[in-house]
This record gives sequence, C-alpha cells and structure tokens, in this order.
Amino acid sequence: MELVCPAGNLPSLKAAVDNGADAVYVGFKDDTNARHFTGLNFTERSFEKAINYAHDKGRKVFVAINTFPQPNGFKRWKAAVDRAADFGVDALILADIGVLDYARERWPEMRLHLSVQASVTSAEGIGFYHQNFGIRRVVLPRVLSVRQVAHVISESPVPVEVFGFGSLCVMVEGRCLLSSYATGRSPNTYGACSPASHVRWEETKDGTNTRLNGVLIDHYAEGEKAGYPTLCKGRFQVGENTFYAIEEPTSLNTLSLLPELRNIGVSAIKVEGRQRSPAYVAQVTAVMRAAIDDCLLKADSYQPKAQWMQELAEVSEGSQTTLGAYHRPWQ
Amino acid sequence: MSMHTMKLSIGPIQYFWERQQVLDFYQQAASSPAEIIYLGEVICSKRRLVKPQDWIAIGKELRQGGKEVILSSLTLLEAASETGALKKLCSNDDFMVEANDISAVQLLSANGKDFVTGPSVNIYNQRSLQLLADKGLKRWVLPVELGLETLADMQAARPAGVETEVFALGRLPLAYSARCYTARSHNLPKDNCQFKCIDYPDGRMLKTREEQEFLILNGTQTQSALTHQVLEEIPQLAALGVDVLRISPQANNTMEIIEIFNNARKTPNMNPLSDELLKLLPAGACNGYLVGKAGLDYEVNPAA
Repeated sequence: MELVCPAGNLPSLKAAVDNGADAVYVGFKDDTNARHFTGLNFTERSFEKAINYAHDKGRKVFVAINTFPQPNGFKRWKAAVDRAADFGVDALILADIGVLDYARERWPEMRLHLSVQASVTSAEGIGFYHQNFGIRRVVLPRVLSVRQVAHVISESPVPVEVFGFGSLCVMVEGRCLLSSYATGRSPNTYGACSPASHVRWEETKDGTNTRLNGVLIDHYAEGEKAGYPTLCKGRFQVGENTFYAIEEPTSLNTLSLLPELRNIGVSAIKVEGRQRSPAYVAQVTAVMRAAIDDCLLKADSYQPKAQWMQELAEVSEGSQTTLGAYHRPWQ
Repeated sequence: MSMHTMKLSIGPIQYFWERQQVLDFYQQAASSPAEIIYLGEVICSKRRLVKPQDWIAIGKELRQGGKEVILSSLTLLEAASETGALKKLCSNDDFMVEANDISAVQLLSANGKDFVTGPSVNIYNQRSLQLLADKGLKRWVLPVELGLETLADMQAARPAGVETEVFALGRLPLAYSARCYTARSHNLPKDNCQFKCIDYPDGRMLKTREEQEFLILNGTQTQSALTHQVLEEIPQLAALGVDVLRISPQANNTMEIIEIFNNARKTPNMNPLSDELLKLLPAGACNGYLVGKAGLDYEVNPAA
C-alpha cells in the first residue's frame, strides 16, 4: 500500500518526503485545484524545487488539477496540465471529463489518476474513465463502507486509492454544492469549501458566533473552543433539537482498519490536508508510515498503537476521530 | 421577434411519498401542460413503495396520453444491489434514461442507447458536453450551480442534436451522502431508519440557531430550504435557445406552478405571475446561482 501525503508548500513537501511518504500530491497557485487558499500551493519556481527534492529521494509527485473549468476558464486548466507534464510529474489527478480528454490527447503517455472529485463509486463509473481516458488509478469518495470498497476493488479495472486520514467530507465529493449555495464559491467551481473570504467571527455578549456569508454556522458559549465554520460541521436546529445535524467537527482515522484495507486490495492510502501546516504533514506522515509498515509486517496481529492514536488525535478537528462511512453504523 | 417556445418538464420526485400520493400526482400530471415527465426514485434505494415495474406502468400510461417519458436513475450508488438495479434500468427497451451518475452513462453508451444527463452529472464545459454527445447524449441539464454566463457560452458551442434543460423551479439538490440525515435527526442509524422520510413530503427543515430556514434534509440528500425559480429569466433563457424548463415536484401546488410557467413561456410580462408563484412555495424563493451569486440570494428582476 502506497502512502500518498499532501503538501501545500515546499516545507510541507519536504516534511512528507522526510517522514516516509511514497508520493506527495500538490496543486498550483490558482483555482485549478480543490485547495485554492490564499498563501497556499506552488508557483513554477517552488514547484521545480519540490519535484527535484522528491525525485532526488526516489519519491513521486502527483499534481491535483481537480476542479471543473467553465468555458471562460478552460485555458487555465489546459495550461496547468501542460505545466505539470512539462515538469515531468509522476501523475495528474483529474476530475473533469473535458480536462481528462485534453490531457489524454495532448499527453498520451502521462499517468492519469481519477480524483475523488470525479465522484465515482462503482466499477461501471471507473470503467467510463478507464475506457475513455486510460486512467490508471481511482480515488474513491468517502461514502462507501469497507464492504462496498471491497466490492468496487473486486470489479475495478484499475487500482484503488482511499482516504486514510484527515478532515472528513461527509457528502460525496464533486457533487456537493453546499458551499456555493451559501457563498457562491464551491469546491467544483472555485476550489474551496466554506472560503475564508466569507467567514466572520463575531463576539457577542454570551460567546462567539461563526458566520459564513452571514449565515450563522455555530454559536459558542464563553469558554467553548470555537471552530472554523465549515458548513457541514455547524450546529443547527432540526425539529426541537439543536445539534451537529450533518457531522461533528471530527477527522477520519483508519489506523484500526489498515489490515482490512490491505486484505481487500487497497493500493494506496491518501492523507487529506494540503491546507495544513508542515508540522501536521510531518506528524501524520510519520504515524501513517509506521502504521502501514507495521501492518504489512505483522499481518493480522497488527494493532494500532495508543501513541499513534494520540498523535493523530492531536492534529484532528475537534481532537476527535471517526471511521466515517467505512463503518456502517456511522451512516 | 419570434421566440421559440420552450418545453416544460416535470423532474423526478425527490421525496418519499405515499404510493397513493405518487399515483395521484401523475394522474394530474397527465393532464398538465408539461410535455416531458421524468419518473423514478433518484435518492434512496430503500424507498420502494413504487417499484420499478410500477414506474414503467405509470410511464406507459403517460406516454399514451402524449407525454415524453424518461426514467431517472439513482444519483449516488453504494451497494452492489444498486448497481444491479441500475443495469436493469439501463437495458430497458421502453424508455430513454436520465443518467444521474456517470455509471449510468457508461452502461447506457455500452448498450448503444441514447440518454439524458441530470443535474448531478458534472458538465461544466463544452469539451465535456461534446464527449458525452459522442456517447449518445441527447439532452443535458445544466448543473444547478452554474449561471447564465456559462449557459450562454455552452449554448454557443452546443453539439448538434443535443437539447439543453434548465432546473427552473424547485428546492435545489445540493449534496448526497452515505449518511441519512432524516434518520439522524431522529437519532436513528440508516440501517434502521424506520422510513422517517415518509413524514416529510417536502423534506425536513434545518434552521440556523437564529431561525433562518437554511437547508432541507431529504434522507441522504440535502436541498436548499428556498425554492430556486427562474420565472423572470424565461425570456433570456428562450433567447439563449434553452429547450426545456424543469419543474421539480413539491408536495403541494405543483400543478398550479406548472400552469404559471405555461403562461410565462407564452407571455412577456412576468411580474404578476411571479407574485402569484411566490405564494405557492413552501419557504420563499432564490435565484442567485443564475446570476453568478450565492445560490440562496434572490434578485427580483435580475435581467432588468
């Protein structure tokens, strides 16, 4: 199982490589990728350094160009594909049918991975992208139970990558418009969910309000730790109850599932978090590396170590972790 | 100026309704001015009060009455049984299928069948549209978060023989999940959901902590609380060569709404009709997506 880690800048990429990532995935400094945040991502200059650093150490670099261009921006996505290919990256992670079609035609030898943003959850869907664009790997959305992942793998024409750790999208990726409904900007169109430009922290007489384009996402009482107003992780009223109606602020953590993921034939484990710090990347990469190595060595006697769980909890949203949709009762 | 008259369609029912309510709805739809009717369960495979063979029977009856009938596929596929049901749907010889997931596109094109794509198939640019047209796409629904500017660009390069449909009225389909939020709101897991959706024929309201009506929980789907409506933009949509306006069913007043759109597509003065329409919506209107803003925004007469 390959370990694929995120990097939003050069220090993070070095942290991933130095702590044992097999591959690092990155994006360019614009809306062609799904972590389009201020101060994040790579210019041509930093990108060249990143590729050299990883390749010198025998690791791979993947470039995510995984948002959905509209006609007036399509040129920018083509340019991103060309730039990545010119730099000799190891794979492109793409989602849009038009961009895949362009990449396949212009760079027929380039290795293409299907992004989680393509929203594909069945072998038939994977078959569409395999047949038309020759994709060589698919990243599955975080909506399937382990059993369902196993079934997809058994019929998939290409190897399967799944998420192993990080912030949890609870909606199927690539088809979630909650953010653009509230702000006009979505992961698909703009490369960001609940964008910082629309966030407001508001001190009130009894605590803190967090708002997204004016919509109240949560209210925190004095002394309660306020979290970033990611739309699906706020507290709302449904009927008589006020609660985390969609999901708690929590991160996905699959350490306890690694043997199962290995047994069903998962080819790569992805860590979420290109927007996180180099310290996060270093810590999560180190833990995941140790856990995957231990799992491959010990097979069924593998147990996640308490120290690993502790270290991952420290960098998790709300210091909580979950198995998410992999674990049926969560659904 | 002779403007072409757009067709009206009735989208698939997004909610879980009692069987009799579904049957009554399509009986009324049969005598409505809508030319196209989409049928089938698109949200949750556990909703089985109306079975696949029932949809076919309803479809045949509607077609006899002169309607164009399309069968709509499930949006988010998870279980192997769901893919199995999709395979059956995509090999049916009676009706064209609306693909709501790329899996359906793959199955239909492999079977050599023409198809429609629904709003949850991501067609954001001409190159995507062209590739799917080569596979047998005959009509596509503009993804709901895209606006008039992108629609105009898409129309300018539209492949021959492909019709364009716009989601013209309804609570916006915003997201799909493995988790059932209606069950969760009753503190139940999905595997023991007790079919709570049946109690919410327009979905269950989610409000912010200051009582703003924000989202709708509809099983595994999340919708907007506000109803997206494009009545004021009808002249613009017609000028852009849009072929079909889709009305998404709501528990009440759908036939009255279709009448309003039927009048609107024939008359240039929309304002009185618009006032009438607003009274028929469960929680107010929005149209922001169409004009490049947040989906929940509402601009009166944005074209003016």
